[in-house]
Amino acid sequence: MRIVVTVKYVPDINTDRGFEDCRVRRTPDEGTLNELDENAIEAALQLVEAAGEGEVVALTVAPPDGDPALRKAFQLGVDRGVRVSDDILAGADYFATAAALAAAVRKLESEGPVDLVITGMAALDGLGSVVPTLLATELGRPALTLAKKLGVSDGVLSVTREHDDVTEELSAPLPAVLSVTDTANQPRLPNFKRIMAARGKQVEAWTASDLGLDAAPAARTRTLSAGPRPERPEAELVTDKGEGGKALAQYLIKNDLV
Amino acid sequence: MTNRTVLVLLDPATEIRTSALELFTIARGLGTVEAVALAGVGVEVLAQLEAYGVESVHQAEFSDAAGRVVTGDERHLPAVVAAALAAAVRRADADVVLLPSSFAAKEAAALTAHALGAGLIIDAAGVSEGDDGRIVGSKRVFAGSWDTSCEVTTDVAVLTVRANAVVPAPAAARVNTQTEPLPVEVPELGVTLASREVKARSGDRPPLEEAAIVVAGGRGTDGDFGPVTELADALGAAVGASRDAVFEGWWDTYVGQTGVTVAPRVYIGAGISGAPHHRGGMQASQHIVAVNSDPEAPIFEICDFAVIGELADVLPQAAEEIRRHKG
Ligand SMILES: Cc1cc2nc3c(=O)[nH]c(=O)nc-3n(C[C@H](O)[C@H](O)[C@H](O)COP(=O)(O)OP(=O)(O)OC[C@H]3O[C@@H](n4cnc5c(N)ncnc54)[C@H](O)[C@@H]3O)c2cc1C
Ligand SMILES: Cc1cc2nc3c(=O)[nH]c(=O)nc-3n(C[C@H](O)[C@H](O)[C@H](O)COP(=O)(O)OP(=O)(O)OC[C@H]3O[C@@H](n4cnc5c(N)ncnc54)[C@H](O)[C@@H]3O)c2cc1C
Repeated sequence: MRIVVTVKYVPDINTDRGFEDCRVRRTPDEGTLNELDENAIEAALQLVEAAGEGEVVALTVAPPDGDPALRKAFQLGVDRGVRVSDDILAGADYFATAAALAAAVRKLESEGPVDLVITGMAALDGLGSVVPTLLATELGRPALTLAKKLGVSDGVLSVTREHDDVTEELSAPLPAVLSVTDTANQPRLPNFKRIMAARGKQVEAWTASDLGLDAAPAARTRTLSAGPRPERPEAELVTDKGEGGKALAQYLIKNDLV
Repeated sequence: MTNRTVLVLLDPATEIRTSALELFTIARGLGTVEAVALAGVGVEVLAQLEAYGVESVHQAEFSDAAGRVVTGDERHLPAVVAAALAAAVRRADADVVLLPSSFAAKEAAALTAHALGAGLIIDAAGVSEGDDGRIVGSKRVFAGSWDTSCEVTTDVAVLTVRANAVVPAPAAARVNTQTEPLPVEVPELGVTLASREVKARSGDRPPLEEAAIVVAGGRGTDGDFGPVTELADALGAAVGASRDAVFEGWWDTYVGQTGVTVAPRVYIGAGISGAPHHRGGMQASQHIVAVNSDPEAPIFEICDFAVIGELADVLPQAAEEIRRHKG
């Protein structure tokens, strides 16, 4: 079983995130592997372990400083890490990102079959949750997204998909594209053995022309402005001494919220 | 205003959701409004469309490549919804497509935009016309801490709009909504849908993603959601939870970055610490209220009003006071 996991390098949500010149501000020590992609890595490792053989390749489209995401993926146990960086991909929108990921998957396919591409349910910065389905479309593969449970048997992937107020049972033959939710599994932690093994692994850096992408896909959206919201005024804090509930109700009534 | 045609996805077609009324309200500010329905529109729904100024409904009639009629649950899969929307855009020569911001609608929006070569904005909090006549979407990002605006540079713009972006308002004058069948060929999906279940909406409480008031309970409830639901019912609010509370099996839906994103007029969090993942799904709420026994709880950093205390005491007392106020 050969699996490609797409992973995104994102600003840590515990830090003060923001923009600079309408681009996400990137400070090297505040960038991290998108947490939700750990669920994708875990799903891939489990499938390869169950199959008894195979390879897990982590793939990112990121600037050259995005390697910490791949290093973290190595520590979790992925075999290879590929980073696609190119000036023509700076500021890529959903479609350009999906197209670049698809081109990289095709290049990996030229080395040998890729049975499955697994993604996270969302990147915690962009929060679009659309790259997985676009990637599947670009690759001409079936998309099974937002899997809460999954299984592969006889070359068929089956998932329980949960979204909004809907639960669906879906299946598709491999090769396919799968996105997993944060409830699909419990990602493993890096242990000493994996951290040591990760040290010997090198990130493979590809450019757009390595993938046969020569022109920048035309951007379809343009950010006009980005500004921080005004700070909320200090909260009104009431310590409950027997009247706290009434105070809460009065706050709502006073502000015409009832 | 240029003479734009704005398509709004109407799903389900048998009952009107608040999110659909919000989309119609926004669409009227942009041009002529038309709806796209995946099934037959009922009489009551039609009456609402007329009140909201929807000029016509494209009623999808699906068939497969061999011409066989498709009426099953596949109609709701994002690729099929996208096929209907793209067909409607082409027929109506539409300029803008608006959808709600549910996970399924986001995927349908992406596939529609992909098919049309259109630009896509996900989770817009507002949609307007820019200086050069192009569509501009405003977004609140990074857990509600930054506001951005984004212009769509293609001829067709596809946007998903978050709930509670506007207060729904009917049109100044009723229109006579025309219904037109829209033939749609279901694309080759490569997937088999074995079953699809829609959770029944409880008649008593508004759905979480659309509610004007949300009361959410966390680990601090210790499993007893009684006080949370009591206050919610006094307020006519929806009930939500933190992910931890859902993982414990105390409630079924959680608010947050990986759960439901809410932006109600009032969010009340009880026994919830305010972890970044949770904040990401509620920080855009207009008024944030917290009840927490820990004076150092991180949620206090982002709230407008808070009671430091035991939620089992505070919530029922608040509910009592609200009921008294409402009479
Ligand atoms: C705040 C913000 C708002 C944005 N809004 C828009 C917008 O409205 N329209 C628009 O066209 N673009 C937008 N973008 C750009 C968009 O985020 C990027 O194109 C991004 O690479 C993909 O979108 P996402 O982050 O929403 O990913 P999602 O679709 O949420 O990602 C889902 C999964 O896809 C995979 N994935 C996503 N990106 C990458 C990557 N670069 N490398 C490897 N795997 C990846 C990961 O497995 C991830 O878990 C926005 C970016 C930001 C930061
Ligand atoms: C990838 C990922 C995604 C996640 N996505 C989400 C998400 O979408 N939504 C989400 O909610 N979480 C999410 N989480 C989990 C999140 O990080 C927190 O763990 C979770 O939100 C904490 O839930 P809580 O506030 O109920 O519990 P805790 O953090 O344990 O807080 C309980 C609070 O209750 C207070 N309390 C205790 N007893 C009482 C009492 N008697 N009266 C009043 N107050 C009391 C305590 O002081 C404390 O502040 C995610 C985590 C990960 C790793």
